[in-house]
Amino acid sequence: MVDDLYFGVEVLQVQEVIRYQQMTRVPLAHAVLRGLINLRGQIVTAIDLRCRLELSPRPEGHLPMNVVVRTGDGVVSLLVDEIGDVLNVEADTFEHPPETLSGIARELITGVYKLKDRLLLIMDTEKAVNVNGLAA
Amino acid sequence: MTGEDDLVKEFLVESLENLDRLDQDFLAIEKDTSATDRLGSIFRTIHTIKGTCGFLGFNKLESLTHAGESLLSRLRDGALKANVEITSALLGMVDEVRGILASIENTKGEGNGDYSATIQKLTKLKDGAPVEAVEVPTAKTPAAAAQEPPPAAEEDEHEEPAAAPVAVAADAGKPADTNSAAAGSGIRVDVGLLDRLMNLVGELVLARNQILQFTATTENPTLAASTQRLNLITSELQEGVMKTRMQPIGNIWNKFPRIVRDVAQMCGKNVRVEMEGRETELDKTIIEAIKDPLTHIIRNSVDHGIESPEKRRKAGKAEEGRLLLRAFHEGGQVNIEIIDDGAGINTDRVKAKAIERGLITAEQAARMGDREVVNLIFLPGFSTAEKLSNVSGRGVGMDVVKTNIERIGGTVDVQNKPGEGTVLRIKIPLTLAIIPALVITSGGDRFAIPQVSLLELVRLEPDQVKTGIENIRGTPVYRLRGNLLPLVYLNRVFRTQNDHKTDDGSVNIVIVQADERQFGLVVDEINDTEEIVVKPLGKLFKGMTTFAGATIMGDGRVALILDVLGLAQEANVLSDNKDRAMHDTAAQNKDAAAAKQTLLLFRISDTRRMAVPLSLVARLEEFPRSAIEFSNNKMVMQYRSQIMPLISLSEALADNRIETANIADAHRAQGETIQVIVHTKNGRSIGFLVDRIVDVIEESLVLQRTNIRPGVLGSAVLDKKVTDLIDVEGLIHAALPALSEDAAFQAA
Repeated sequence: MVDDLYFGVEVLQVQEVIRYQQMTRVPLAHAVLRGLINLRGQIVTAIDLRCRLELSPRPEGHLPMNVVVRTGDGVVSLLVDEIGDVLNVEADTFEHPPETLSGIARELITGVYKLKDRLLLIMDTEKAVNVNGLAA
Repeated sequence: MTGEDDLVKEFLVESLENLDRLDQDFLAIEKDTSATDRLGSIFRTIHTIKGTCGFLGFNKLESLTHAGESLLSRLRDGALKANVEITSALLGMVDEVRGILASIENTKGEGNGDYSATIQKLTKLKDGAPVEAVEVPTAKTPAAAAQEPPPAAEEDEHEEPAAAPVAVAADAGKPADTNSAAAGSGIRVDVGLLDRLMNLVGELVLARNQILQFTATTENPTLAASTQRLNLITSELQEGVMKTRMQPIGNIWNKFPRIVRDVAQMCGKNVRVEMEGRETELDKTIIEAIKDPLTHIIRNSVDHGIESPEKRRKAGKAEEGRLLLRAFHEGGQVNIEIIDDGAGINTDRVKAKAIERGLITAEQAARMGDREVVNLIFLPGFSTAEKLSNVSGRGVGMDVVKTNIERIGGTVDVQNKPGEGTVLRIKIPLTLAIIPALVITSGGDRFAIPQVSLLELVRLEPDQVKTGIENIRGTPVYRLRGNLLPLVYLNRVFRTQNDHKTDDGSVNIVIVQADERQFGLVVDEINDTEEIVVKPLGKLFKGMTTFAGATIMGDGRVALILDVLGLAQEANVLSDNKDRAMHDTAAQNKDAAAAKQTLLLFRISDTRRMAVPLSLVARLEEFPRSAIEFSNNKMVMQYRSQIMPLISLSEALADNRIETANIADAHRAQGETIQVIVHTKNGRSIGFLVDRIVDVIEESLVLQRTNIRPGVLGSAVLDKKVTDLIDVEGLIHAALPALSEDAAFQAA
């Protein structure tokens, strides 16, 4: 979950989910690249999804969780507000992104699943970690 | 498709290996015709080749080996005894098999050779019929010759057909010897497995670092001893594993002389290839990755860089161009340099092409320094080849080269000397590089600076800060033993919140070197020197030139490794303009230091400032105006029992009569006193009448001879104002010719 948006990532893409890790800031990097974490000896880049989705910054004191995903270019960690459950979704509840979804979020969503009481936005991890061409 | 290619590759590799062994086997048989185990081994090899090539669809090869196999079968069973003809025929077949394999490797096809003669011969031999010696030479078909068969075959071809067994054996012996030397005791290992081993060793090194840090704080002696052992073992293990994947760069370089020769011929140029550091070892993945970029660069150099022989002659160069390849290890990185002595990169053409391709605008081009222009060739979509020749400029270009090299964590840099040549520098980190580095703190974060870039550490106490750090045209600099070094404040470059001031106001400067230029890096704290493991930053940080990678410190936290050259570029410390300004100032200062003079500044009117070397001034006097008297229409006055001629400078230096008259009027209108600069030579004094004495200064005199008139030597900027330097002798000569020619006066 990021802000009050409910996102889903395909389970097979997720390597692991861990709590907040101390990050090393990278000066002069894009704001989206929040920092580097030490994942059992491997240096993994952490991308702040709030920033990536151009949402407001996390409230003070609220530490993000790390969703470590596998992408074409290696392992990247996505910083989210909360972790939810692993869900099985029905294919027939799939829909294209709604018109009401604006801007960036729209670009990063491949589709939507209608759950009982809310919408599950399926995130395109490859697009999410692609920071080339983002305005500085 | 790739699966099949792999099969073919394996087939080729294995077969060639086995065939090499066959030579030795055949030798052995000739000596002892009953060596059935050898025969068995030969038979199996041929049998395997036959089987596989049938599966892969290499029909010619299949027929050939089938014939050989049948013959060998009879030999093995003892039905036939090996003799000279049989052995030669079989050896001939082996060579032809090699030829076909070579053809498969190069063209994926079996080639056009006709092996029916050989097959016939082998069959005949199998059937026991003696074969005329004449037929043996037919083993060398033209096609086989064209396929560049390995040396062994060539040797055989050059031998006489009905050569004595000795000769054949000798030839067969030569390649066999070299092969046995090369065979050694090797083992084939999957590269992926080696990768995993490397990673594990990397982890081990990090864990070792952490343990080391921990034991440093505890006092347990047994723990310390065990840690020491762990340390040693880890280091050796790391070295060993790295070696497994290392190959000398000569492996890919060996192909280059041939490529250069081909390209040069195609372009009508003459190029010589020289190599230094052929034995420099690189990890296998790096070798694979740079093979194509290097080939492209070399082709470029020959095609575009090196000029035609006539152009070179006209330019006074040797007709043969020189392409130098250098490779060496430096501080955890492999440096590869490609140096040509061609025409260099034509910056005007590059600019024009970039504008044409829409990569930059005309205004941007006008503002660029040469270094930046040269780097335009790395932009995607750039290629200055007028025609897309087969040789280079396939539209692929330097941007692909750069991307490929950056993908493995390396950097590419071009140094251009128009008319003299180009130097291309590639730096690639070794995959598992452990380098010594200095850890510093800046803005609350820790950074590592590779020791190879490090020159000195300077600490300025608070009181030294003000005088030590100067400011030249907006750049803070520090003078280190006479050299002006620009200063880069790390916190400012990284735009961190905190300022650079340390607790006690002292300043820490790390003197670093990038690309032969030095500068000082101002940091908050200087910590330790440590050995760190370099880990690449990853694709997401692709454009960040300021960082060379990251590492995990002993406490588990990630620290960034600074790239000194990138940092310099980011801080704009090394751009052409700034550099020139620095050099100019430095040059000026150098001259200044040598030519500081004491000068007397004065005015001869409200606007004309003049100066005279103080050494020529005997005294400065002030007299009442009434002291001026006239003798023979010239101004004089009584001075120390002499009659001293007076020269009114404003009159002497006036441009025309009218001005003179005005000045004369002005003088009379002036106050009561006059200022006189007394110049004495050989006991005779001359007084120069001036409007006002301004000051005595000590400054470097950089005379610009722009304003030369009689009486003025030139102008200079003194005390921040434009000042004319008077020509004392000239003035005296003009005003008092008789005096100046007086022998007594002259003699000095």
